[in-house]
Amino acid sequence: MNSELLIQLLVNGVIVGMLYGIVAMCFVLIYKSTQVVNFAQGEFVVMGAWVCLSMVVSMGLPFWLAFLFTLAFMTAFGVVVQIILLRPLVGEPVISVIMATIGLSTFMRALMNWIFGNSAVRFPDVFSQSVVSIAGLNVETAYVLSLVLSVAVMGMFFLFFRYSRWGLAMRATAYSQQISQSLGIPIGRVFAMAWAISAVVSGIAGVVIGLVNAVSNSLSFIGIKVFPAVIVGGLDSVIGAVVGGLTIGLLENLAEFVDGQYLHIGNMYSVAPFYVLLVILMIKPYGLFGTPNIERV
Amino acid sequence: MTLTAEQVAESLSKEADDALLSINNVEVIFNGVILVLRGISLNARKGKITALLGANGAGKSTTLKAIAGLLRTDDGEITRGSVTYDGRDVTHTPPDRKVRDGVFLVMEGRGIIQDMTIRDNLRLGAFTRPGANVETEIEEIYRFFPRLKERKGLAGYLSGGEQQMLAIGRAMMAKPRLIMMDEPSMGLSPLLVKEVFGIIRRLNRELGISILLVEQNANMALKISDYGYIMENGKIVLDGSAEELLQNEDVKEFYLGGGEERRSFLNVKSFRRRKRWL
Repeated sequence: MNSELLIQLLVNGVIVGMLYGIVAMCFVLIYKSTQVVNFAQGEFVVMGAWVCLSMVVSMGLPFWLAFLFTLAFMTAFGVVVQIILLRPLVGEPVISVIMATIGLSTFMRALMNWIFGNSAVRFPDVFSQSVVSIAGLNVETAYVLSLVLSVAVMGMFFLFFRYSRWGLAMRATAYSQQISQSLGIPIGRVFAMAWAISAVVSGIAGVVIGLVNAVSNSLSFIGIKVFPAVIVGGLDSVIGAVVGGLTIGLLENLAEFVDGQYLHIGNMYSVAPFYVLLVILMIKPYGLFGTPNIERV
Repeated sequence: MTLTAEQVAESLSKEADDALLSINNVEVIFNGVILVLRGISLNARKGKITALLGANGAGKSTTLKAIAGLLRTDDGEITRGSVTYDGRDVTHTPPDRKVRDGVFLVMEGRGIIQDMTIRDNLRLGAFTRPGANVETEIEEIYRFFPRLKERKGLAGYLSGGEQQMLAIGRAMMAKPRLIMMDEPSMGLSPLLVKEVFGIIRRLNRELGISILLVEQNANMALKISDYGYIMENGKIVLDGSAEELLQNEDVKEFYLGGGEERRSFLNVKSFRRRKRWL
């Protein structure tokens, strides 16, 4: 057994899984607070990556500045999408809203193809050292950054929803729009905020993935991977999204290992998560962390 | 007694002066076709408890939601009439603005966020007051409801009575001038109903909060109220001071479960005929 490869793949799995996790969190955030299934989540990821890359490459900005600009841009983008596309659809049937987000996904993909082209572009070297040494192991700086940012985002999510006034308001809105309105929460603003946060965090994920791989429109595959992650964790659980993301990331890489070493079927990497998704849907349709309602009268 | 036009106008304007909140001839339609409120008018007076009574489906909850501006989520809208609060027209004011102005609705079924802790529920009550010292205020609420302080964990695991107290405590966190209560006695044991009504009276007497109380338990509600309205089929059919209503024969028979003699349902028709003044 090739244990070095296994460890490498497991580390890979954790890092990619964390990224799936935070994108899945964004997806759950929108679903929970606005009851919208966002099929354009993957495009948000790509958008963030492209914006940051083009700031660095064509404007010649330093990476950190470009990164901050990307955060601001994605915030505005999320709010605009909510106001233009989703606000008019409040109260419409779920299927119409889903069609709208599928439309948004197609639109964004075409737009990015048009503006940024459809070939993959690498980030120029943004770190002075491409490899850092941690406890005797050489790790790529981009991987470290990816891990740090993922953990930071998760920590901020936790603090935001646990302690902040707007975080509570968002949870209340997720619980019941009418009740939160009766408490004086402006739900329109909560919706816009949910989309903004979701777009920003997806954008962060996009930049990080862009640093590790290269930026191309095919990065939107993350939007597809989010579904098994979210379903494993439960559609309405933020923690579940993280666990689901990690599970899918690890599974992919384990499948790759088993396939590469023993089975030689090929492409297990991309298929395995969906088998898991099927199994989970059969035995636990609400996911591992999907909240059953508290029944007590 | 016949009144001259001036006297009527005078009494109306005097009434409007006392009113913290008044709704005039409000009509509400759901889904564009279902007429639920057929021109209802009532006043909630400053510093008083006003009861709005009626049977199931009379439109009491809809009235409160119409005042709070929460009809949109139920696919309903105010098609006619106006809501005035503190001298201003608030018929189409957004609900969050109304809460900030001091009108707070405790919804039917308490509206507790079950998957949050008691403390977080209370904190949410103060959402519209960003600068507030929430922690000290929560301690004050706990002094009012010592039982809430003892309970730990999620609000969904509280008993019905405790949830009602939490809902009232949460309303207090918003520091409202008017609290609208939708059936606070629902699903509670008689002893708890008494306790909850005692609390409502304290809110009114000790904190000076005006109350608009919707109830099916007419007897209990009228005992703590100053004024009452009785509603049927989306209309006010009778109103008067609480004492008057408690003495009224029809009210006694149909809402208080008493009356001078026992009548069979066959005779209900006579009541229906007598209600022509409505």
